[in-house]
Amino acid sequence: MSEYLAVLIFVIVGAGMVLFTFFLARILRPHNPYPEKNVNYECAELPIGNSWIKFHNRFYIFALIFVIFDVEAVFLFPWAVAYGQLGLYALVEMVIFILILFVGLVYAWKKGALKWV
Amino acid sequence: MSCTVIAFGELHGIFAWLHELPVSIGLPDSVQAVVMYAALGVTVFSVLSLFALFLVWWERKIAAHIQQRFGPMRVGWHGWYQTVMDALKLLQKEDIRIETRDKVVFFWAPVVCFVAAFLAYVVMPFGKGLIVADLNIGILYIMAVTTFTVIALLMAGWGSNNKYALLGGMRSAAQVVSYEIPMVVSLLTIIIYVGSLSMVDIVESQSGWFFNWFIFRVPFGPIAFVTYIIAAIAEANRTPFDIPEAEQELVAGYNIEYSGMKFAMFFLAEFVNMFTVSAIAATVFLGGWNGPFLPSWVWFMGKTLTVVLLLMLVRWTYPRLRVDQLMEFAWKFLVPVTFANLILAGVLKYLGYWE
Repeated sequence: MSEYLAVLIFVIVGAGMVLFTFFLARILRPHNPYPEKNVNYECAELPIGNSWIKFHNRFYIFALIFVIFDVEAVFLFPWAVAYGQLGLYALVEMVIFILILFVGLVYAWKKGALKWV
Repeated sequence: MSCTVIAFGELHGIFAWLHELPVSIGLPDSVQAVVMYAALGVTVFSVLSLFALFLVWWERKIAAHIQQRFGPMRVGWHGWYQTVMDALKLLQKEDIRIETRDKVVFFWAPVVCFVAAFLAYVVMPFGKGLIVADLNIGILYIMAVTTFTVIALLMAGWGSNNKYALLGGMRSAAQVVSYEIPMVVSLLTIIIYVGSLSMVDIVESQSGWFFNWFIFRVPFGPIAFVTYIIAAIAEANRTPFDIPEAEQELVAGYNIEYSGMKFAMFFLAEFVNMFTVSAIAATVFLGGWNGPFLPSWVWFMGKTLTVVLLLMLVRWTYPRLRVDQLMEFAWKFLVPVTFANLILAGVLKYLGYWE
């Protein structure tokens, strides 16, 4: 388990080095803000309205399809590691599993959910 | 092991020395591991940053020569320390903070972006013995942590309160999650022949000559390699799949409101990500550190840089795909192909094609 300590230390070291660079830049850089400079960039126009709006439906649909297939990938990882010892049973089971999900993909395809409108 | 063992250019002496360092200077047991991993982390961070700077210069030179220009020429021999100067310049640039930003999200987005790219190097086998920690979930761990980049890009897009940035962030999330599936399944095609997720096991099961590399040895290895490279280009947000930062329509995408060092961190993370996907390709498909005569880390770097060169040539040769073509290519072509490839590889493995 002590190996996973490396992950935690790397998070801290990575964030620490980035924050240190920000600190270094803070010492070196000029600081001269004024209202015109701090306006959102919108091709030299003053921005109209807020950008935090509802985004398009299609992002949700792709996110839903992704979740299904990502869960499938999570199941496939242990299957792939143990495949050498499991033999025919594992192969048939996984083919059935993939085919069921594939029917779902074909359904989404026919419904037009994979179309970027 | 003595700290001076660097046999025939093998660098594992350095890692061994770093492993022994906390013991040799007499630290208490409880902090030894912490100091060791911190020293390794700082080493990897420094090497990686220098490498990213080199890759930026290299990409500019390649792009220039493809377009019959010279590229950077003034700063040193063929402009070799141009990017170092660029980094120093960015260090001195003012940090413009727009009024309407989401302060917390805007600040932490570049940090998350870089740390997500950096974390993959915990399990990266740079050479024989040159690995920080050989986690037994190696490749799954890399797939998991590098996907945190999506969160960083969404944070940058949302925190900037800019319409271009938000569009770039959303598109990037849609693209990266779509290409995640073909990438993982291409790697699984190889994993069923290894029977382990550890990066060291993957490399060691390819020892010997080049016909032992998985791209040549397993059935449909070349197809898995090609689908992996396509998905990897999309994961690293590079042309022909750079819809998130398409200059002509989104100006710069998610990093449009960033300046100075924060912008530099996004830029650096992009090149580190490119190096990561190339290193995974070299490790899983091209035999990793295996090779005759030369030290292992030279082979690893050579193979990785070859894949990086391939990505750069693709970037500067092909035009950008439209966003609908991009998504439909992932779901209607790559996903069926990679799953069919996985099933066929499984069947051939069961029939004893390869033992």
